Amino acid sequence: MKRPQLPCLSPKWAPYVFLSPFLLLFLVFGVFPLVFSLYLAFQSWEPAAGLSTMKFVGLENFSFALQDEWFWKSLKNTAWLAIATGVPQHLVAIPLAVFIHGAYRRSRNAIIGIYFLPYITSTVAIAMMFTTLFSTDYGVINQGLRALGQLPGLGWLLPAQPIDWLNHAENVKPAISLVVFWRYLGFNTVLYLAALQTIPADIYEAATMDGAGRWQQFWCITLPSLRPMIYFGVMLSVIGGMQLFEEPFILTGGRGGTDQAGMTTAMYMYRTAFEFNDFGTASALSWLLFIFVALLTWLTKRAFRQAQPQGDGT
Amino acid sequence: MTRPEPMSRWAAHVLVGFGLLLMIAPFYFMFVFASHARSDIFSLPPPLWFGDDFLLNFAILTERIAFWRSLGWSLYVALASTALTLLFCSMGGYAFAMFEFHFKKPLFALVVGTLLLPSFLGMIPTFMIMDALGWIDQPRALYIPGAASAFGIFMMRQFISSAIPYDLVEAARMDGCGELGIYWRIVLPLLQPAMGTLGLITFIASWNNFIGPLIVMRSPEMYTLPLALRSLQSPANTEWGALMAGAAIATLPLLVLFAISSRRLIDGLTAGAVRG
Repeated sequence: MKRPQLPCLSPKWAPYVFLSPFLLLFLVFGVFPLVFSLYLAFQSWEPAAGLSTMKFVGLENFSFALQDEWFWKSLKNTAWLAIATGVPQHLVAIPLAVFIHGAYRRSRNAIIGIYFLPYITSTVAIAMMFTTLFSTDYGVINQGLRALGQLPGLGWLLPAQPIDWLNHAENVKPAISLVVFWRYLGFNTVLYLAALQTIPADIYEAATMDGAGRWQQFWCITLPSLRPMIYFGVMLSVIGGMQLFEEPFILTGGRGGTDQAGMTTAMYMYRTAFEFNDFGTASALSWLLFIFVALLTWLTKRAFRQAQPQGDGT
Repeated sequence: MTRPEPMSRWAAHVLVGFGLLLMIAPFYFMFVFASHARSDIFSLPPPLWFGDDFLLNFAILTERIAFWRSLGWSLYVALASTALTLLFCSMGGYAFAMFEFHFKKPLFALVVGTLLLPSFLGMIPTFMIMDALGWIDQPRALYIPGAASAFGIFMMRQFISSAIPYDLVEAARMDGCGELGIYWRIVLPLLQPAMGTLGLITFIASWNNFIGPLIVMRSPEMYTLPLALRSLQSPANTEWGALMAGAAIATLPLLVLFAISSRRLIDGLTAGAVRG
């Protein structure tokens, strides 16, 4: 193989040369937008007349947003979705991970792979797919529910009428949560599986010798050992849930659905910017949402600290 | 570990199996529906097995949207952003891992800091920058900013500092190998496992990217695949069979990639979490 002659580069300058392509792009497309967005949140201008009409308006964009009924509605929707998708994910993922960890050896990677699959596929393809599954009269989900309802003893649990998932304001959020839950369950399960692998097996052996049952071991060893990962996983769910955009955007056709029941704050920000052409208010919205995310993160942190058992050094 | 009672164990097996079915079912229906005409999809009971209308759906698909062109753009952007990300992040990660230089610590803190900030904060300014640069409807508006991946830098730095001994670099330097030579002939070959993982993650993220193109790709002939598929959705008259065919074709490469590299992908995507 012919070796190309490489130009000489001294060790003193090398790190700057290696770093500069990344750094240049990172400063222009990573850091600058964040700073600029904060600047924009205090400005107002006519998009048609160009940036020269931009003027400083103080907190006007923020006060406008805070008095905006749709902003509060979208924030409520977002919080609802974050909780309705976040909490069940962890309640299911923890026992699932514990069981997979204990019961499967050879088929384990295949099982994890399948649970993980939704996470790596296109949100658009998935949301389109679920739109057909959610169809009121002929959708697979309603037909499945109807079939279940005909089983003896289950009928009273299930609705008699087919559910109008995507057009009825009350049902849009549960439908979105279902899709998000389906998409991220495997990701969380993998997190917990990784944490379970770090618990030394001899703790369980010692507990068994001491006569601790399966449930006792779960409550007294497994769950406390998983605590740091639960904290981390819940944090990721909170941060991710507050940013929900793609799933509700596609499932509600980009408009938030009947009565804006499926409109998240990230969606509302997008619409304020690109449908209503108000970039200043949209930037203010994005910072308000950021403040709420930070607040929730802080609350989660506090909740975990308060729930901390004594003598736990994590 | 004690074995649980057989009854509860069977129940758990059934539940795990049921979960597997729920995970696969939407994909299965996507492929099944892709082979049925619209009127068949919405019938009682729904089609449960493959039909023979796939070519018909595909014909409708190519008639409604510039399918091949969108596929081409998706592929082009995904390949370009993967190549650029791998090059820039391996170089930057190497600089962070193996060199001392001015402002190294604050710079790295800045990189990690932006990882924690929600991406929606930069959405509007990014559009304005692209507009000012004249990059609206240009594929480079997608792959050039994508190459400044904070996640990629972080991952590369972690890998290089744990897998490549500093002595090796030092020894090569003593032997008179130039700095670019050390990077190109010694570091890069050793980086292959991490490059593979980062490459896969970048490719998949770009292939699936929806918000990015939604903001910068304005004219239909520049749509990437996810945007083109979404443009088929209409309140009244969506060609669901064609849409499912398109979604299935867009998903297929991911399924293949995942089948051959699931372990590596899962480890890569959750690695930050596990180390943290």
